[in-house]
Amino acid sequence: MAERSFAGEVEKLRLGDGGELHGEGILAVTKALLQSGVSYIGGYQGSPISHLIDVFNDARDILEDLGVRFEQSASEAAAAAMLAASINYPMRGAVAWKSTVGTNVASDALANVASAGVKGGALIIVGEDYGEGASIMQERSHSFAMKSQVWLLDPRPDLESIAESVEQGFELSEASNTPVMLQLRVRACHVTGVLKTKDNRRPGFSAADALDAPARDVQRIVLPPFNYQHEVEKVERRWPAAVDFIRERALNEVREGARGEVGIIVPGGLYNTLNRAMEHVGCSNAFGNATVPIYVMNVVYPLIDSEVLDFCRGKKAVLLVEEGQPDYIEQNINSILKHNDVPTRVAGKDVFSMAGEYTCELMESGLREFLGRWAPAAVTIPPLTGTNGADMEELAQLVPQRPSGLCTGCPERPFFSAMKLIEKEFGDLQVSMDIGCHSFATAAPFNIGNTITGYGLGPSSASALMGRHEKRALSIMGDGGFWHNGLASGIGNAVENEHDGVIVVIDNGYSAATGGQWIPSSRADVENRRYRVSIVDALKGAGVRWIREVHTYRIQESLHALREAMTTKERGPKLIVAEGECQLNRQRRIRPRVRERLRQNKRYVRERFGIDEDTCTGDHSCIRLSGCPSLTIKDNPDPLREDPVATVVNSCVGCGVCGEVAHAAVLCPSFYKADIVYNPGFIDRALAAARSFVIGRLQAWTDRRLERWAF
Amino acid sequence: MTEAAKPLKVAILAMGGQGGGVLANWLIEAAERSGCLAQSTAVPGVAQRTGATVYYLEIVPGGKNAEPAPVLALMPVPGHVDVVVAGELAEAGRALQRGLITPQRTAAIVSTHRDYAIDEKSAPADGRVDSERLAAIVSGNARQYVGFDMADLAEETGSVISSVLLGAIAGAGALPIGREVCEAVIRAMGVAVEANLRGFDAGYNRAQGQPGRDDAVAEPPDTAIVHKDIQALLDRVREAFPEEAQDVLTAALRRLVDYQDLNYAKDYLDRLAPVLDLDGAEHGYRLTVTTARYLALGMTYEDVIRVADLKTRAKRFERVRSEVQAEAGQVVAFEEFMHPRVEEICDVMPARIGAWCLAAPSMKRLIGVFCRKGRRIRTTSLPGFLLLYAIAGLRRLRRTTLRYRTEINALERWLALLVDIAPDDYDLAVEVAECRRLVKGYGETHARGLAQYDRLVAAIHDHRGEPDAAASIRTLRDQALAIADIDSG
Repeated sequence: MAERSFAGEVEKLRLGDGGELHGEGILAVTKALLQSGVSYIGGYQGSPISHLIDVFNDARDILEDLGVRFEQSASEAAAAAMLAASINYPMRGAVAWKSTVGTNVASDALANVASAGVKGGALIIVGEDYGEGASIMQERSHSFAMKSQVWLLDPRPDLESIAESVEQGFELSEASNTPVMLQLRVRACHVTGVLKTKDNRRPGFSAADALDAPARDVQRIVLPPFNYQHEVEKVERRWPAAVDFIRERALNEVREGARGEVGIIVPGGLYNTLNRAMEHVGCSNAFGNATVPIYVMNVVYPLIDSEVLDFCRGKKAVLLVEEGQPDYIEQNINSILKHNDVPTRVAGKDVFSMAGEYTCELMESGLREFLGRWAPAAVTIPPLTGTNGADMEELAQLVPQRPSGLCTGCPERPFFSAMKLIEKEFGDLQVSMDIGCHSFATAAPFNIGNTITGYGLGPSSASALMGRHEKRALSIMGDGGFWHNGLASGIGNAVENEHDGVIVVIDNGYSAATGGQWIPSSRADVENRRYRVSIVDALKGAGVRWIREVHTYRIQESLHALREAMTTKERGPKLIVAEGECQLNRQRRIRPRVRERLRQNKRYVRERFGIDEDTCTGDHSCIRLSGCPSLTIKDNPDPLREDPVATVVNSCVGCGVCGEVAHAAVLCPSFYKADIVYNPGFIDRALAAARSFVIGRLQAWTDRRLERWAF
Repeated sequence: MTEAAKPLKVAILAMGGQGGGVLANWLIEAAERSGCLAQSTAVPGVAQRTGATVYYLEIVPGGKNAEPAPVLALMPVPGHVDVVVAGELAEAGRALQRGLITPQRTAAIVSTHRDYAIDEKSAPADGRVDSERLAAIVSGNARQYVGFDMADLAEETGSVISSVLLGAIAGAGALPIGREVCEAVIRAMGVAVEANLRGFDAGYNRAQGQPGRDDAVAEPPDTAIVHKDIQALLDRVREAFPEEAQDVLTAALRRLVDYQDLNYAKDYLDRLAPVLDLDGAEHGYRLTVTTARYLALGMTYEDVIRVADLKTRAKRFERVRSEVQAEAGQVVAFEEFMHPRVEEICDVMPARIGAWCLAAPSMKRLIGVFCRKGRRIRTTSLPGFLLLYAIAGLRRLRRTTLRYRTEINALERWLALLVDIAPDDYDLAVEVAECRRLVKGYGETHARGLAQYDRLVAAIHDHRGEPDAAASIRTLRDQALAIADIDSG
C-alpha cells in the first residue's frame, strides 16, 4: 500500500492502439514498458521513481494477464541483479530507482551484468534527483554509465519522447548486447501530458521458457579468462554496434538554423528549458523554430563522433549545455574535435556554471554571453530588468524558512522528544542517523543527529565510536533501511564486532519516506502479502542479545529503555525497537473504515487534542519538544499578555503525543484531549445527561458569581 | 508566432500536504476542457512532508491539438510568471523573493492566513514575522492582487483550501477558465463534491469583491448592569489614572476580579499608586502602564487553584466543544493532562505548613509519591469534575497559601526596586518593570524564568548609575527571552 492510490492510473495501462493516455511522465514509462513486451520489472522506490513502483504494485492483475513478473525489490542491488535473466535469455527486463543513491547501491550487480553483456534488452530507469527539491548528494548517474559502459539515454521531457526512448532503449540494448540506462529528471517524471498508446505486448520469451530449457554460456560468467574477454568485447564489438544503431535510427536530432556559424549542443532532457531561454533571448519561438542550429542528444553516452564532427564543422563555436560535474561531455567533445583537427571552440561550463541545476535564468545568461561573443546578431531581445519589486531587503527578513519535517501525528516525533529529554540527563549525544523520515529529526526543533551516510548505514557509520566508553554512542535506523541493507551491514556488523553502543530501529511499518511501500515487517493484512516478519526475531536471529521494544507514543517507556541502554553492563549492541505506525498511512488505512462506520450509524469516537488558551502562558516549551504541524501558535486572547499562545489546529489526529510530552516533561496543564462521540449509544447519552445535570448546576453557581462582578 | 500561442505561466506555491497537486490537476483539466494546451510539473520529493514546494503550469489558450505542438518549459522563470497562487502568506512572500511575482506581469492569488514556520513557533517569546507588512509588500509588488484568508473560508464552508483557491483564480479572472468549467471538473473528480463546490463558490465570490467574514465590523460591547462596587473601582481608575493607562487597567481589573475578588483588585490599585506618583505625562506614563500590566499578571499567577477554576467553567466547556468542532448536542468528553510537582502541591497549603513540607525531606518524599506520574483527569466525569471544582473552591483560602506569600513578596520587592530607581533613572525603571515578562509558565519553565529574572535583577544592581543602563538591561532581557529551556536551534 502506498500513500497514493493509483487505481485510476492503472486502468490507463490497459489502453490499446489509438488510445490517449493523460498522465505523468513516469506513467508513460510504465505504459511504454508494457508496449515493448517487457518480461520482468523490478525496482526500489524513492522520489521520483516511487510512482512507477506504486503503479505496478496496483497493477498486478494486468501484469499477470500479460505474463509479466514484477518485483518490488528489497534494494536497488536486488533490482539490478534481476537483470541477470537477460544475460542468457532473450528476455526484456526493466529496473528502476532513484539516482544516484540507488545506482550507488546497485553498482556491484550493474557492473557485473554490464561486463557479461545481455542478450535480451535490459533497461535501467533512473530518476535523477538533481537540483531543486533534491534530498540527496548532488552527483551524476553519467559516471556509472561511463565506468561500466552502459549507454545513457536522456530524452526530451514530453510523454511521447519518453515513451519512445523506452522502446528504443530495448532495441539499442539488444543491438549492442549492453544494458541501457534511461535518465529522467524529477520534473520530467512528474510532467503531465498526453501519450498516444499502442497495444500491450506479451513478452516473447517467458521465465517458463527459460526454466524449461536453461541456457548456459560459460563465457558470460565474470571470471578469468572471460572478464578480460568482456572488456575487449565492450570496445571492439558492443560499442561500435551501439554507435551504428544510434546513427542509423537517428536517436539524436539536428535542428537547422539560419546562423550556421554557431551551434548549441544540448541533452534531450534540457531541451525544453533551453528553448525557453532562447525565446527570452530572441533566437527561438514557442514552437522551437530556432535561428541557431541545435544538436539534441537524446543519447548522452556514448557520443557519436561523426555526428559531433558533422555538427561542429564550419562553426566558429558551439555552446554545450551540460548540467552537473565533472564535465564529461565537454571533455569528450573537445577530444573528438582535437583528434580530427576541427578548430571549433567549445563553450559550456565557462559561461554557465560548473555546479548546480541549469535553470532557465542561468541558461539565458550563458546564452547571452556566448552569443554576444560569437553571434551578437542572434540576440534580439534585451534582458528583462526591474523584475525585482521594491522592499526586497525587508522581505528577506519577513519570509521564514520552511524545511520539511515530520508529519502531524508522526510516531517518530515522540521518540525524538524522548531523546531530547534523555539529553537533559546524559548531556549532548553523538547520534549517527540514517536515511528515512527520521532524518528530519536533524532539523528544528529536535536538532538530533551528527551524520547521515547512507540507507541502512546508520549503525555502521557509528562503528569507529562503538568501542567501550563511559558515554555510549547512539545510532538510528528506520525499518526501511533495516531491510534494505541495515540487517547485514548494521546489525550483523555490530554483533560481530561487539559494538557497545545503542542502536535504535524505528519501526513504522512501511518504507514511509518513499511513499509508504511494504517491507517484510509491515504488519498490514492484505491479500498478496503472506509474510510478516518481526524485526525483533530478525535481530535475535542475527545474534543480538539485548533488545527492548517500546511503543513510541509512550514516552516514559522510551525514556526508560534509553536510560537502561545507556547504562546497562551488558556487552554487545543495545537494540531498541521503537514501534509506532506511520500516521500518514494509518490515516489512509482507517479513514475509509471510519466513513463506513459513520455511514452505518455505528458508534465512533474521534479523538483530538486542544490547548486552553487561558491557561497557556505562551512559553512554547511544548512546541520545542514536539514540532507537530498541528501544534502551532495564535494571538494571545489576553490583552495583558504579548506572547502568542499555543494552539492545536483541526488537522490534529489525536495521536496523544501532546499529552505524553506535557506529562513526561512536566510542562503545563493546558493540554486537553477530547473524545467526540458519533452515533452515541444509550449509555453514552444517559451518562452525558446525568453528568451535565450535576456539572451544569455547579457551573451555574460559579457563573452567578462571575456575572455579578462582570463588567 | 502569434501571441495566442504564448503560454500563460502559473506557479502554485504550496506547503506539503496542502493539496497543491490537486489544485494543479484541477487547473490542467479545466484548461484542457477550455480548449487550451496545458502542462504541469513539480518537484514534490521530501517537500511532501510539510515543506515548501512549487507546482508549475503552462497553459496555451486555444492551443489544444496545435500543430506543431508548442515547446513547454518545466520550471518557472523570474520575471516570466503570469499567475502566482500562494496557499499561505509567507509562501507568497517567497514567490516575490524568487522573482516569480513581478509588478509588471503577475496576478497574485494569495491566502493571507499564516501557517507559522517552526522557527516562529518555537521561539520562547514571540518569534512571528510581521504579517501585515508581508501582505503589504506582496500586494504592492503584484500587477493584480487578490488576497484574503482562504483557510478561514475553507473552514467556514467545510471544504479544503485548494477548492477556495480554485474559486479565487476563476473569480479573479486570472486564467481563461470559467466558473462552469471549474465546477464541472470538481464534479468529475467525484470526491467531496458538495464541500468542494461550496469552497469554490466562496472563493469565487470573495475574489469578485464580495465582503467576507474578516471585513465584518466588530460588535459594540454589551452594556450590562455593572455592580456598584465595580463601578466605584472603575471610577477610581478613571479619576486617578491617566488616559494612557485606562485600557490596561480595565483589562487588569477584569482579570483580578475574575481571579480572586473585588478586594484583590483594590489591593492591586493600592500597590500601583506609588508608581503612578513617580510618573508623569512627560514620560508618557510608560512606567505606570508597564507596571500595571505585569503587576496584574504577577498577582494572577497560575496556581493549581486557578487552573482548576478555569478548567471547570461553563464557558470553557463551550469553547472546547467549538474548538473540536463538535455539533450541537453531540456527546463530547475531555480529559486534562496534569503533572503537578511536590512544589505545586505545597504551594496551595497554608503558608507555614507548605514551607515546612518543602523543607522536610521526609514530607517531600511522601508527597512525591503522588507526583511521580502525570495524571489524566476526566473533567467531564463526575469524580474528575468534583475534584477540580473542589480545588477551584480553595480560591477563598488563597491568601493563606504558601504560593500567595511567595508571589506577593516577590512582587513587593520588584515594586520597591523600581520605585527606588525611577527618580534617578526613569528608563531603567521601565526596564525593571519589563523584566517580569520572563516569569511565566509552569513548573520547571516557571522556575527557570524566575532564575533568569533574578539574574537580571542582579545585573540591574550592577549597571545602576551607568548612563546607558536601560539599554544594557534591555539587551540582556532580549537575550534571556530568546534562550529556550529546551534548545531549538
